Amino acid sequence: MNIPFPNLIPVIPEIIITTFASILLLVELFVKRKAVLGYIAIIAAAAAFYALFCTDCLGVTFSDMFINDDYSRYFKVIFLINVVLTVLISLRYIQKEDAEYGEYYSLILFATAGMMLMASAKDFIILYLGLELMALSTYILAGIKKHDIKSNEAAIKYMLLGAFSSSLLLFGISLLYGITASTNIYDIGKFIISAKFTPVLMVSMILITVGFAFKIAAAPFHMWTPDVYEGAPTSVTAFMSVGPKAAGFAVMGRVFYYAFNGLQLEWTPILIGLCILTMAVGNIVALSQTNIKRMLAYSSIAHAGYAMLGVIAGTVEGQNAMITYLIIYAFMNIGAFGIVILLNKGEQISDYCGLSKSHPLIAAVMLVFMFSLTGIPPTAGFIGKFNIFAAAINAGFTWVVVIAVIFSAISAFYYLRVVMNMYMKTSEEDSLITTSPSLGIALFLSVLAVLVIGILPSFVII
Amino acid sequence: MHTGYEAHVSAPQQNTGSSLMKSLLYLPIMVAIVIAGAFVTGQFQYPILSLVIFLPIVGGAAVLLIPRSNEAMVKWTSLILSVIVFLVSLPLFTNFDKTTAKMQFVEKCAWIPAFNINYSLGVDGISVLFVLLSGLLTILCVTVSWNAITDKVKEFYGSLLLLEGAMIGVFCSLDLFLFYIFWEAMLIPMFILIGVWGGPKRVYAAIKFFLYTLVGSLLMLVGIIVLYYHTGHSFDVLKMMQTDYPYSLQVILFWAFFSAFAVKVPMFPVHTWLPDAHTEAPTAGSVILAGILIKMGAYGFLRFNMPFFPEATVEMAPAMMVLSVIAIIYGAVICLGQKDLKRLIAYSSVSHMGFVTLGMFALNFQGIQGGIMQMVNHGITTGALFLCIGMVYERTHTRVIADYGGAASQLPVFSAMFMIFTLSAIGLPGTNGFVGEFLILIGGFTASKLLGILASTGVIIGAGYMLWLYQNVFFVEVNPKLTGIGDINEREILTLLPLVILVFWIGFYPNSFLGFMDVSVQGLIDRINTANNLQITQHVGAILK
Repeated sequence: MNIPFPNLIPVIPEIIITTFASILLLVELFVKRKAVLGYIAIIAAAAAFYALFCTDCLGVTFSDMFINDDYSRYFKVIFLINVVLTVLISLRYIQKEDAEYGEYYSLILFATAGMMLMASAKDFIILYLGLELMALSTYILAGIKKHDIKSNEAAIKYMLLGAFSSSLLLFGISLLYGITASTNIYDIGKFIISAKFTPVLMVSMILITVGFAFKIAAAPFHMWTPDVYEGAPTSVTAFMSVGPKAAGFAVMGRVFYYAFNGLQLEWTPILIGLCILTMAVGNIVALSQTNIKRMLAYSSIAHAGYAMLGVIAGTVEGQNAMITYLIIYAFMNIGAFGIVILLNKGEQISDYCGLSKSHPLIAAVMLVFMFSLTGIPPTAGFIGKFNIFAAAINAGFTWVVVIAVIFSAISAFYYLRVVMNMYMKTSEEDSLITTSPSLGIALFLSVLAVLVIGILPSFVII
Repeated sequence: MHTGYEAHVSAPQQNTGSSLMKSLLYLPIMVAIVIAGAFVTGQFQYPILSLVIFLPIVGGAAVLLIPRSNEAMVKWTSLILSVIVFLVSLPLFTNFDKTTAKMQFVEKCAWIPAFNINYSLGVDGISVLFVLLSGLLTILCVTVSWNAITDKVKEFYGSLLLLEGAMIGVFCSLDLFLFYIFWEAMLIPMFILIGVWGGPKRVYAAIKFFLYTLVGSLLMLVGIIVLYYHTGHSFDVLKMMQTDYPYSLQVILFWAFFSAFAVKVPMFPVHTWLPDAHTEAPTAGSVILAGILIKMGAYGFLRFNMPFFPEATVEMAPAMMVLSVIAIIYGAVICLGQKDLKRLIAYSSVSHMGFVTLGMFALNFQGIQGGIMQMVNHGITTGALFLCIGMVYERTHTRVIADYGGAASQLPVFSAMFMIFTLSAIGLPGTNGFVGEFLILIGGFTASKLLGILASTGVIIGAGYMLWLYQNVFFVEVNPKLTGIGDINEREILTLLPLVILVFWIGFYPNSFLGFMDVSVQGLIDRINTANNLQITQHVGAILK
């Protein structure tokens, strides 16, 4: 038997990330200052970024199972941004929280390698491998505060529900294999277009949708999100709220556009239902939260709803808008979590009272993130929403967009409540902060990106 | 509180003589600015509109960087900046070509090529006066807040300047996307202004203002995107003005845009944010709200709804006029029962803006011209009334009408000024209010006799509540609470003086302002008429009779 050696060039970014992740595990034994590991992780992300854009690494490999195209490349940008920002906000924070284990940065890189595989999957096997690599790493990350009971609870909950959803996904994939005799996404697509519609096909599609919906935290599969986001260390929450969600959208886009393109009439109403429900649950439940991490958890559910409009549109324009939206979301959401980390006592929304008096600059930065999450110009959040609404309207889903804007208006209330507390209320005690240069850089980068993209969106609108 | 510093700052405020001396010191700077402004206007071509928009925005950001302790520098920088902005905008008044309906002072360059979005600016007869008015009112807002704002001073002036830039941007944008950016961006500083420096219920008022406006605006955003695809992937306002959309689309989009503009005006069923926002906002916030912000709604109808959707406009005009008349009478009647000075003026805004929309949707020359004129007038008069209330509130710290009485003997100069603005609000001939209301009523009668008559009752009730207010505050016996308060000082007189001049200028010689809009209004009416291919007045009249 003669198995040819696969062409490794398209996988170079993944190889870089995985190698660095493994090196980190070894280096960790020898260094005392764990922060060094963080810097190595950033170097890894930078090297992968260089490999993605400065070398000619587009292509298909591993017997047509792995594809590195523009679609996956832009998703990988999101994952790498996610790594850099997460590491920057983590450096000081995990020290303070007593969670500074060497594996931390290594797990972040492994999870990222999983996400990158997912974005590049041309085959359900690779997709599932990537998904599990990502999921297992994030389960551990969620519980990395070993002695904190809430963190433990988060990890267990996440793992149990995650395993459940993975099995549903796997079941769906196996049914699909039974019908089409293939695990290749594109081959399945060709088969389905010419095949007759059967109930089994529908069942397998629904099971796969459920698996993805769990990863992007779409209602009604969102139940784990608030608890996990609240319990996990804040830096991990920031990481989880962007990375796995974007990876979920990456596979969702690819599977629905290429494997199920023959079933568009069937999956569009399902996704519209999910989308509306997700926006409704996210935005309405967020209104009554008093803990800002829970509030941001529900807000991230709501944002998954908006981003889903890009999939629903079913056009290349929609895909691009979704990627743009997720890039912007990465900056504003990690930025907001960065502020939560910055405050010594910042978990409750009432902790933000009088922040503009004691720390005007921090309050101003938070104000930018909050208005951006609401989607008010001239911030990037508006550009993201505009772009995705435009794509959905062009595809003929104006009525869904009308519902989305109404929920978007509702969302203003809970974001504004943070602004209100910071600027319009006073508190007896000044809030204390723990600054560090790396956190400062992360916040500076995020706020700069949010404002620059808001004013000159040509950078991200493809 | 750093009491030592406070005492140092507030000392000159009691001694008006020394504050005059202090302002004299800055006179050379002002003169230099005037000369520089005149020089620049005479000699060079410069992008006036961009400058007028971005000078305050950049300046506002710069103000935020001034050290907190240096309050005087914050105030003077803001004042000088706002004066420069106004001076820079003056060529719009002097060099405006009144013989063309085309856009003038046009600037255009590509901004987001992927969506065919341009940075495109320009003014015509409908918008030019509002740019000037924004510049003027901002200066007055700076001067009236001089001693009233003591907390977070630099944030206040920074927000005010950012707001000014965004407002002027709204009036100048010729690209719908750009327009929307300014339209929404404006909400942020206004929200902060109301919520941070406002009255006791400020947080509630700020949130209410923000949410009401946002819902309307977002529905308009959907409309804008739909319009974009129907205009061949373009946000160009001028192109949209010449495109004929299918009637069913026009109707839907008319309502989408209506939802944003009606909230801003505010028209009858969605006006409830206004009394709260006006009442709770700090004086400068109320002035900007009444003077400029709510004009944007009416301006939006003129600039977008009417030329984009002419057939739908004609079809909806009767409904709009009925809503306007309800607003006129309802607002006026509510005023009669008010106990709070600011709330009374706020509800009178509902009534006055009813006149504006009535005139506009009469869809004839006098009506639209009167509507625009009345928007300017309302900005001047109501802006001035809010300034006056702010001044007297600084002395008495109460807005309850019953706490006043006999103020004429305590504040003679102030009461004279207030009288002028009261008469202007009533619409006495010789003041600006008369010109606007007269034109609107002519337009209204032409369109529908019944609505014209009903609207006139609003004028009568208006005279009733304004004179009642004046009597209770300034005459009757002196309220003991008012003893010992001083008359307004030079700074405050100088703040009100430009508005007094404008009241009489427009009142006696309205043509110097009406002349600006003649051609543009005619162009708008031609657009509606050709699109509908019939005589509007007859059509609307037939429906109503």
